[in-house]
Amino acid sequence: MAAVGKTHAARWGVLNVVVVLYALFPVWWIAALSFKDPGTLTDGDYIPRDWTWENYRGIFETAEFTRALINSIGIALIATVIAVALGTMAAYAVARLRFPGKRVLIGMSLLIAMFPPISLVSPLFNIERIIGIFDTWIGLIIPYMTFSLPLAIYTLSAFFREIPWDLEKAAKVDGATPVQAFRLVIAPLAAPGVFTTAILVFIFCWNDFLFAISLTSTESARTVPAAIAFFTGSSQFQQPTGSIAAAAVVITIPIIVFVLLFQRRIVAGLTSGAVKG
Amino acid sequence: MSTRAQPAGTPPPPEAETEQRGPDRAALSAGARQERRLGWLLCAPAVVVMIAVTAYPIGYAVYLSLQRYDLRFPGRAEFVGLSNYGAVLSSPFWWDAFWVTLFITAVSVAIELVLGMGLALVMHRTIFWRGVIRTSVLVPYGIVTVVAAFSWQYAWTPDLGYLAELLPSGEAPLTEQWPALWLIILAEVWKTTPFMALLLLAGLALVPEETLKAAMVDGATAWQRFTKIMLPLMKPAILVALLFRTLDAFRIFDNIYVLTAGAQGTGSLSILGYDNLFTALNLGIGSAISVLIFICVGIIAFTFVKLFGAAAPGAEVKR
Repeated sequence: MAAVGKTHAARWGVLNVVVVLYALFPVWWIAALSFKDPGTLTDGDYIPRDWTWENYRGIFETAEFTRALINSIGIALIATVIAVALGTMAAYAVARLRFPGKRVLIGMSLLIAMFPPISLVSPLFNIERIIGIFDTWIGLIIPYMTFSLPLAIYTLSAFFREIPWDLEKAAKVDGATPVQAFRLVIAPLAAPGVFTTAILVFIFCWNDFLFAISLTSTESARTVPAAIAFFTGSSQFQQPTGSIAAAAVVITIPIIVFVLLFQRRIVAGLTSGAVKG
Repeated sequence: MSTRAQPAGTPPPPEAETEQRGPDRAALSAGARQERRLGWLLCAPAVVVMIAVTAYPIGYAVYLSLQRYDLRFPGRAEFVGLSNYGAVLSSPFWWDAFWVTLFITAVSVAIELVLGMGLALVMHRTIFWRGVIRTSVLVPYGIVTVVAAFSWQYAWTPDLGYLAELLPSGEAPLTEQWPALWLIILAEVWKTTPFMALLLLAGLALVPEETLKAAMVDGATAWQRFTKIMLPLMKPAILVALLFRTLDAFRIFDNIYVLTAGAQGTGSLSILGYDNLFTALNLGIGSAISVLIFICVGIIAFTFVKLFGAAAPGAEVKR
């Protein structure tokens, strides 16, 4: 029995190692690249022989990257706040109130979430040029609403549906004012869902590439994913591999931190509602 | 909220979905009307924004697609009816991109389903490092697609990458059509299998453990338990995962843009639309392509709904 248990454990151990390697190796590889100096870039080592911060110093020396990083953070944060605020209102109504049209709302947001973004690029390109918001923060925040708002509504309504709303009534019976009942009972229950949704929405906005390269033309609103694609080396003949790798690591760090801290919640958010038939 | 805090492996209580409580039925009609108004009021901002950012641009795209509209000659814009559509649909560029997109979608989604199922089973059953496994699996999903694409591009760049070294020297797979297509699929699969796996994992959580035990006692093999019990019970989850991933894969852009920029016949429909707009600056043709892609996605969604019915998006709100 013990032997069987051991081989069983060994088999799972091997499987787990394979899974972890599969998931993390490409990330590790680009991180390793970012710490290599240009001379050893092509040595093919998985662990840099001489660690250097040169690539990082390089990208932060130019305004191009720092500006893009500020744009990325600002645009993604504002889009997240708007989407989560509007989404919370709508999701609360869907979960709590009885009114005709709420199924349509959920269905509609799901359909929009599956929208091909390229289909919006050509009309938005022209609309934004005409009204003068092309290449501005607003010009990116607006298209980000197309996927972030439906995502927020959909995820939040799944979360809100699980909140035991009767507790609010119980609190009121016990003498709480409506404001107290909301603040002390419902808000703490709803907060994790809202927070999780905010993380998911932020990751989506942070990830966007198509809108970012289509609806910007200068540094004034270009986000990091788009800026990376337009990086040039410090000289015309140098491939910007090291800079791209360093920039890639910098924009990956926030995601990794979110994933490490909120792994369980993110999984719950991604799968909520999607599979319960 | 309590069901969320548990590991996803534990099934949610069955009443979680069905017990959707409305107000007391005895409520006065005035109260009901007030509630209705509040509901609409709360949803209104979201609806207005969704219409403004999606419906209006799509309508505008349809309008643009009926124009001859070249940004280099903006003065010569004129209404040309459906001729842009004729031009696109009779062009080999459209059909090449169409088949490439279809190929990438079909192959990557098929691979992801198999791999994702394996990954989900590992996540579901593993005894050690459960947290580590789930966290690692989320990383590819969360990571910026462009970053992942660069990682794969460098991996296959001769002299630089670890994978290029495995090839005979002088090979540059990203410069040939078929190898490049497979590498694009590889990058896509790596990035999105975790999403598939997570949806399937949530489906696995709905398979009752006792049923599996009973089948085991009755002498069913692991494979029989998988195909006869787990798969049928997971069908809704599988269909939703397939639908999500198919629609998502069909609009592939980032990976191709970074890996080949659509060269060597690897351009997807999204790449074609982008090129027509930003390289050729042809707004009319670009918009026609946009509308056609939108229609393709609509057809895919409709086919899924018709063929598989229950698992369609929005079905979960039915009760």
